Amino acid sequence: MPEHGDASGVIHDIGYQRYDGPRLGRRYMARSLYVHGLRTAFGFGRSARTKILPVGLFAVVCVAALVLVVISTQLPQPVLSYIGIATTFATVAALFVAIVGPELVSRDLRNNLLPLYFSRPVTRTDYALTKLAALATAVFAVFAAPMLIMFLGLALSAPHGIGGVLDEAGKFLVGLLAAAIGAVLFTAIAVPLAALTGRRVFATGMIIALFLLTAPITAVLGAIGSGSLAQLAGLVNPVSLLSGVYMWLFGDGGVDVGAYGPVYGLVVLAVAAAGISLSILRFRRVRA
Amino acid sequence: MRFVILMETESLRKRYDEAVLAIDDLTVTIEPGIVGLVGANGAGKSTLIKLALGLLEPTAGRIRVLGLDPGADGPQVRARVGYMPEHDCLPPDVSAAEFVTHLARVSGLPRAAARERASETLRHVGLYEERYRPVGGYSTGMKQRVKLAQALVHDPELVLLDEPTNGLDPAGRAAMLELVARIGTEFGISVVVCTHLLGEIERICTSLVAIDGGRLLRSASLSTMTQQRDLLSVEVDEDDVALAARLTELGVSVRRGERALLVDLAGEETFDHIRDAVADLDLSLHRLERHRHQVADLFRDLPADGASTMEVSDARAR
Repeated sequence: MPEHGDASGVIHDIGYQRYDGPRLGRRYMARSLYVHGLRTAFGFGRSARTKILPVGLFAVVCVAALVLVVISTQLPQPVLSYIGIATTFATVAALFVAIVGPELVSRDLRNNLLPLYFSRPVTRTDYALTKLAALATAVFAVFAAPMLIMFLGLALSAPHGIGGVLDEAGKFLVGLLAAAIGAVLFTAIAVPLAALTGRRVFATGMIIALFLLTAPITAVLGAIGSGSLAQLAGLVNPVSLLSGVYMWLFGDGGVDVGAYGPVYGLVVLAVAAAGISLSILRFRRVRA
Repeated sequence: MRFVILMETESLRKRYDEAVLAIDDLTVTIEPGIVGLVGANGAGKSTLIKLALGLLEPTAGRIRVLGLDPGADGPQVRARVGYMPEHDCLPPDVSAAEFVTHLARVSGLPRAAARERASETLRHVGLYEERYRPVGGYSTGMKQRVKLAQALVHDPELVLLDEPTNGLDPAGRAAMLELVARIGTEFGISVVVCTHLLGEIERICTSLVAIDGGRLLRSASLSTMTQQRDLLSVEVDEDDVALAARLTELGVSVRRGERALLVDLAGEETFDHIRDAVADLDLSLHRLERHRHQVADLFRDLPADGASTMEVSDARAR
């Protein structure tokens, strides 16, 4: 590069410099992948277009929660409990994983990014786990944000002073636990499906189909069956499965699971374990 | 550049899905420098690179990279190696600066260092202000540069470049090759560069490894070649026998080529000897041309069976 003779603003090309600074370990690399995944989930660091859907959905649940808070403060009883928020917004969260899951997973397949990642020290398992963690965190935010808004609103207007606030905080923490369960369940369903294809549209379609097509089955089984069949019908659909496990754990889910609560718990565990294992397995196999 | 053996394979074999034998009993040692890995499409070049990175497991045999086994010590190997894949591998909606920074962090560079190294590396490969624009709008040449930058950003000891000139026009090819040469010389990073175009990389390589059908055809250092003197081809209209004799008398080493005499160029005085000899014998000189030693000489005994080696043969014909 020719150097210009003028005194100001000269850039000296000092040539290639070796890097002898610190090189951090696999934990840092995995964290970098995780943070990147979380940013990608909401479209940060990318064009405005990619932010519309995830940020839009997130904004919708927040605004809805705000409305709920305003109404609840005018009434003697809140219109929705924290668990009620989780079950109500579960459909939105399902839509969110269907859109964001493929954004995180299929996009990398589509753009052939895996060779770039797998030629670095991070392992394939690290990669799969960070993707799962990033999506779960994003979905958790969708579940938990309306709860946080609800908590802030109710705590500020709590009539019984600090005791009322602590009481509310306890319920809020239980709500966060419910949010975490929902986030893990939906993530474990979305990631292995999204990892099957590089086409985001197909992946989103598959995930939505899974949620949509199982819902009527649950509804029909619940309507025609009685007793055990009706109580087990919720296992088929992820959203009602989640409601069922809330019913079992917190006695609040708006569905009748009878004595089958533990079955719901086991199925959630099994789906989560299977989804996570399948994701790891898929990325171990996929050619890079 | 640390002097370790870059890559060493021993009876290496890789079979895909019980069917395709991509690497077949390959034993080769690759020394530091700029190494051309030459072969036709499907010869096994990309497979060898992926075995070296530990992205694939060998079916049989052994491979060591920088003295390590990529199967057992994958993370250590990959920390010291950079890889530029053959195909498109960039997300279109992210800027080059952002993407290369991200990959630098995935390679273990702390946040600030990653950002700094990314912009520095992008500058070294020739991307300036455009690095803040989304990659989707880049030309093929710019994309290749970003791919190269991500392979260099963590300052590896060795970069593996798979067909870096793919899809580029002649000017782009020349620029990319010049960059590869700079990486090997100025940057002090060893390079293994895959190509099916021998003619293209022979100028910049210090050694060449030719493979075909997953087998080693030839592995040779070019330093032995460059130590040899250049040749002059001398073409006269008649009686080159007399000219050869006269030149030999003058102490010039001569041998007979296909249509011309090939004279070893010992120095400037060789030109004088030829001029004098031609004048003395009253011959008319048709052509006096300087030849560099062709890498093709190395590959003269390659089997030229069928289409699979065609492009290597093409290069030889040049």
